[in-house]
Amino acid sequence: MFRDKDRYLSIILISPSILAVLIFIYGFIAWSVRVSFSAWKGLNPDYTWVALKNYIELFSDPRFHVDVRNTLIFTGVFVIGSILLGFLLAVMLDQGLKGESFFRSLFLFPMAISYIVTGVVWRWLMNPAEGDRLSGFNLLFSYLNLDFLINKWHTTETWGIAAIALAAIWQMSGYTMAIYLAGLRSIPDELREAARIDGANEFEIYRHIILPLLSPVTLSALIILGHMSLKVFDLIIAVAGKQLPLDVPAIYMWQTTFDGLFYGRGAAIGILLLVSVAVLIVPYIRYTLKTEAQQ
Amino acid sequence: MNAFRLHIGKKWLYVPLVAMAIFYLIPMYVMIVTGFKSFAEVDLQTMWNLPKGIHFDNYVEAFSQLAPSLWNSFIMVIPAAIISSWLGSLNGFILAKWKFRGADFIFPFILFGMFIPYQSILIPLVIFINNTLRPIGLGGIPALIIAHIIYGIPITTLTFRNYYASLPQELLEAAKIDGADMLGIYRHILLPISIPSFVVVLIWQFTSAWNDFLFAVVLTGNRSWPITVALNNMAGSQIISWNVQMAGSLLAALPTLLVYIFLGQYFLRGMLAGSLKG
Repeated sequence: MFRDKDRYLSIILISPSILAVLIFIYGFIAWSVRVSFSAWKGLNPDYTWVALKNYIELFSDPRFHVDVRNTLIFTGVFVIGSILLGFLLAVMLDQGLKGESFFRSLFLFPMAISYIVTGVVWRWLMNPAEGDRLSGFNLLFSYLNLDFLINKWHTTETWGIAAIALAAIWQMSGYTMAIYLAGLRSIPDELREAARIDGANEFEIYRHIILPLLSPVTLSALIILGHMSLKVFDLIIAVAGKQLPLDVPAIYMWQTTFDGLFYGRGAAIGILLLVSVAVLIVPYIRYTLKTEAQQ
Repeated sequence: MNAFRLHIGKKWLYVPLVAMAIFYLIPMYVMIVTGFKSFAEVDLQTMWNLPKGIHFDNYVEAFSQLAPSLWNSFIMVIPAAIISSWLGSLNGFILAKWKFRGADFIFPFILFGMFIPYQSILIPLVIFINNTLRPIGLGGIPALIIAHIIYGIPITTLTFRNYYASLPQELLEAAKIDGADMLGIYRHILLPISIPSFVVVLIWQFTSAWNDFLFAVVLTGNRSWPITVALNNMAGSQIISWNVQMAGSLLAALPTLLVYIFLGQYFLRGMLAGSLKG
């Protein structure tokens, strides 16, 4: 059906991109895997084979344990917070109120800003200073007579990373709101009407009809936000710099590789991150492409 | 009766909505208000107070420090956004409308590239740039541009492929009967009608390259720092006070915020495409 000339041309035109993806994504991943199996330490490349040594060392490395704990706390707070907040905002905005588009734009604007900007501003909002030097949110709480809310934010022991997740919720909940709102808009009004005629109240309609219909949206949100939390990096750097209590794998990788020159270990962290992201994303891509093909 | 109750109920929704609006605006308020204070009235303990008059001290100081890196960001982001969008449109066109054998096999592999944590390719990337690009004078900003173009291919290809796939095949068939070849169809039919998609992808690439920190911090040195790295360093420094940091944050956020304010609809579409739902 197509002329041969066009067929060749299309392959020629797309091949630079495919080659780039092949080399710079898959080739580089393979290269990283190789480095992660090596003893490379220091400025000069050293590909001496050490098998799984770097991985085994990581699993008994106290710093990596902190990273895993922090990632779990961050993921829990960030994902649950963004989904709940985004869903509530979407439901409120779906009621046909005046000014809906104004509120929608307002809840979404943090997405246009970089994590670095968010982090720098939140660093001062979450200032943990006490007594006369109270400032930021803590000062606001004391103005509002909500002194019991005053806390040490990201400098709290063990749970400090949850404060960073709050800033991340501020930044990303607009995204979950937007996808829930798109999902709500795709539910035909007749379904709600029919349920109302059957005597269901508004809460029951959401509980038994709308929520189940939105479960693909919730799944997308879980996966997209979950894989973002595994990669969290800039936001923590901008709020707190490289501090051990707020360490995560992405920061450990950066520091150990480019400051400490432990290339083998850095590559191993990068590959562990990749594997955990792939566990979430690969089934998601397969599922999405399959539903697309069915349509 | 029921409708009446519902009406009253809906009005109450403005209470949580306005409360949330305030929550989202708090960081903006602090950034803007602090920026307009004079150096004399800046104090962490009065950070919530409105400024006494309008002063530009903080903005002038922040701008004088950040101007070179703002410029670096502009000259980095513009070619990166244009070239990766154009590549994405070409790839999307071929993958959607000019399928060769294996096109459906290749696509998921391209897609996966948009989700990978860049830590997993960072070491080879740095070696490649130091050994191959830097010796021919393409280190620093050119290297950053190349990284953004290459790692932008998956998302730009996805967005354009989804858009072109939604166009009816008859459009192409008619042109083929008229004797147009592949490039002719691309140039004279698909390019003109995909201007809105170009806006979506350009905005998305502009925003993500402007806001990127990881590639920037690893691939650039202090004369080629883009704004995110310069701002972060400013915030980490003990010498520069917090009020100048606030003003600097606003300067760093302004370009993407303005894009969002004026082209918000396109921004939203790009964001939704980023979660695979074209």
